[in-house]
Amino acid sequence: MNDTKPQTQPEPEKKDAGKIFLEEVTAGPPKHLPRWKRRLQSAAVPLLAIFTGLVMGGVIIALTSEEVWQAFGVSFLEGLKAAWQSVAAAYSALLKGAFGSPSQIMAALASGDPKQIYVAIYPFTESLLATIPYIFAGLAVALGFRSGLFNIGAEGQIFLGAIFAAFVGYSLTGLPMILHIPLAFLAGALGGGLWGFIPGWLKAKTGGHEVINTIMMNYIAFRLSDWLLTGPMKRPGSFNPISPTIMDSAMLPKFFGDPVRLHGGIIIALGMAWLVNWFLFKTKWGFNLRTSGTNPRAAKYAGINVPNSIILAMFLSGALAGMAGGNEVLGVNYNLAMAFSSGYGFDAIAIALLANSQPLGVVLAALLFGFLRNGATNMMLQTGIPIDIISVIQAFILVFVAAPAIIRTIYRLKKPAEAEEAVVAPSWGGG
Amino acid sequence: MATTTTFHREVEFVSPTRRRVMGVLFIIIGFGIWFLFSRPVEPGMKTEFGMTPGGIEATMPDMVLPSLATLNFLALVCIGVGIGQLIRPRGFGRYTNWLLGMIAAFFIFGFLTWAAAGKSISLAGLLNVSLSKAVPLTLGALSGILSERAGVVNIAIEGMMLSAAMTSCVAASITGNLWFGVLVGVLTGALYGVVHGVLSIRYKVNQIISGTAINIFSTGITSYISAKFLQHYPELNNSGTFPSWEIPLLSKIPFIGPILFNNNMFVYAMYIFLVLIHIGLFYTKWGLRLRSVGEHPKAADTLGINVFRTRYMAVILGAMMAGFAGSYFTLGSVGRFDEVMTAGRGFISLAAMIFGNWMPFGSFGAGLLFGFTDALASKLAILGVRIPSQFLLMAPYIVTMIVLAGVVGRSQMPAADGTPYEKEST
Repeated sequence: MNDTKPQTQPEPEKKDAGKIFLEEVTAGPPKHLPRWKRRLQSAAVPLLAIFTGLVMGGVIIALTSEEVWQAFGVSFLEGLKAAWQSVAAAYSALLKGAFGSPSQIMAALASGDPKQIYVAIYPFTESLLATIPYIFAGLAVALGFRSGLFNIGAEGQIFLGAIFAAFVGYSLTGLPMILHIPLAFLAGALGGGLWGFIPGWLKAKTGGHEVINTIMMNYIAFRLSDWLLTGPMKRPGSFNPISPTIMDSAMLPKFFGDPVRLHGGIIIALGMAWLVNWFLFKTKWGFNLRTSGTNPRAAKYAGINVPNSIILAMFLSGALAGMAGGNEVLGVNYNLAMAFSSGYGFDAIAIALLANSQPLGVVLAALLFGFLRNGATNMMLQTGIPIDIISVIQAFILVFVAAPAIIRTIYRLKKPAEAEEAVVAPSWGGG
Repeated sequence: MATTTTFHREVEFVSPTRRRVMGVLFIIIGFGIWFLFSRPVEPGMKTEFGMTPGGIEATMPDMVLPSLATLNFLALVCIGVGIGQLIRPRGFGRYTNWLLGMIAAFFIFGFLTWAAAGKSISLAGLLNVSLSKAVPLTLGALSGILSERAGVVNIAIEGMMLSAAMTSCVAASITGNLWFGVLVGVLTGALYGVVHGVLSIRYKVNQIISGTAINIFSTGITSYISAKFLQHYPELNNSGTFPSWEIPLLSKIPFIGPILFNNNMFVYAMYIFLVLIHIGLFYTKWGLRLRSVGEHPKAADTLGINVFRTRYMAVILGAMMAGFAGSYFTLGSVGRFDEVMTAGRGFISLAAMIFGNWMPFGSFGAGLLFGFTDALASKLAILGVRIPSQFLLMAPYIVTMIVLAGVVGRSQMPAADGTPYEKEST
């Protein structure tokens, strides 16, 4: 073994516990403004970031449309018109895909036929469905950020959560639903937690950086599930890498009849958001985690066991991400297949930042991402614009949220009070 | 985030604990070779190693070894070295790392001897494939070294590679000129470098976040363009690849000649960049400045080095290197762009950089090792080995984590890596 202790990293600044406490109390926008104005001010940057992201997406849609280029060949004005039309068509298809069409919903409600209503609200519920894993994964990354840890491995933890949940879901038979669902869901959390625990433990004991380790764990998770799905967990008699279907008793119950797939997972997700909020801001443990994150030195002097906090935070963060995986298996797919996660773990970073790592903000940001993703499917069907444009828009939003100065320059916003400026994300060397 | 405080690097020395750990490790590996590989092999078996890659005039006859004797020899040497390491008062001192490499090579060779016992395996072919698989990893690692040595973490190598793979392929397909394709790939990298630099140096955005944003963007935009255009206009996505060039004389060296000196342009470029960057970083004023900015920016600033400009330069150069690496995927390998074709190679480059201790040649070694596991993984099924190839493919990630944990020699990242520099306001 190496004889060195975890290296003392260059410390950001010297703050004592008292000062941190003061900052906790005084954080937030200046008090003298009316409440709604303060709210608006702190929401201005994220909202404008979203808006600008959508505008940039529109620019790319217009630039890559052949009709637009042809129209520009005719005249400049025609070109602008065509550009506007193509973007408007794309985004209205997106909105319709995300929310459904209001007239259809009204008509269905008026008819009172449940079947018709289900069909009408289907797009909206699908968006909510897409939101659920984003909430879990966003909470995972946000909890990490609040504890001064950069959990970039949510994707791998999601995979592990899905593996564990699927295994419990199909291998245990004869359990009543009331037992099987929580068991499978907790197994998912445990799987993800385990995958978060390892980099956390490594960071606490050896100082190995969690960013690198979680990236590595991601790829180990991909290979692991690849192996499991072609070997031990493969569905008997199937040629595809896919696990057996889980038992009926492990499927999360649905709210409505077909085709609506929205299931009980959304209640768990909202519950977790509330729970994480309570844990982080109202309990001693949460305080310990946050203090270890913002200033490990002060935390140490205050008697907090920083290594344990790191391990705990990574475990909890992984567990939340694991729930996202479990949710997808138990509520949507009912089995485990290789391509079940479409980068939730990476989008979650954008969600957590957009929410400034506030659990309740995570729910809002997750809603945005869920509606965007689901709406984009319809956009692709109707206008032929590939769904990948969503990733581009998300990347722009991420950049603008992370660099508020860009947004302020564009929209000539005034720089707010210092406390508001801090984007909650740990630095590379500062942990 | 902050101004850097003093940070003492540990003086390199072989600690007593490490000496013992290494000794025990060597012995364990020795016994491992005996237990895992030697025992199952029957006495009369022979292993045949092909010593020339396929399709080339042989420079050396194939090597036929008695499997059991070879394995026992390897095991004995490992155990012997291990005992020596334990008995000698200071072990093998600074040669320990070399010995570790040798023992690891023995283990791999033992594995091959066992796996191909009674059969033949093309050793040269395997090594040649490893080398070509190591090219993007090494170039990517060089990209990481350039920017991290100056204190800017770049986890966007993956994204830069992916976009450059596409742009270089499209440019080469349109113009019919592969070199123009490479140029466009490098410029694409540079463009991302500017973005990463501006975000992380000027706006002091967290460097991981900036990198993640670039990765998400790059995956999105390449898949978008691929789905929207490349699938409808296949002529935009058919660049062809660089031909192999045989270097006269050198390629006639037995065994290593055809492996090292009969490749396409990218391999030779990799050799040149390795040497250039090594010399540049460690033997020139330019390199000293670059490294000082990554180790202790405040001190560098005090001495009149422009921290921001140096970092911009390093990040952009690194990104250009990532762009070059990206163009390998299309112009050096398959000749067309497929969605998400880099498949995490950028992250393995990052691993290779860490494994190679932020040193060019170290990263090359790591790249070769990782390339070798990749090449071997596809051979396992042919050899009839019942180890799932996925486990072999996990190996690079696992060894990187072990190295990072400091169990077998700690890797030393630049002290100010990832911390934005803030000039103290005057």
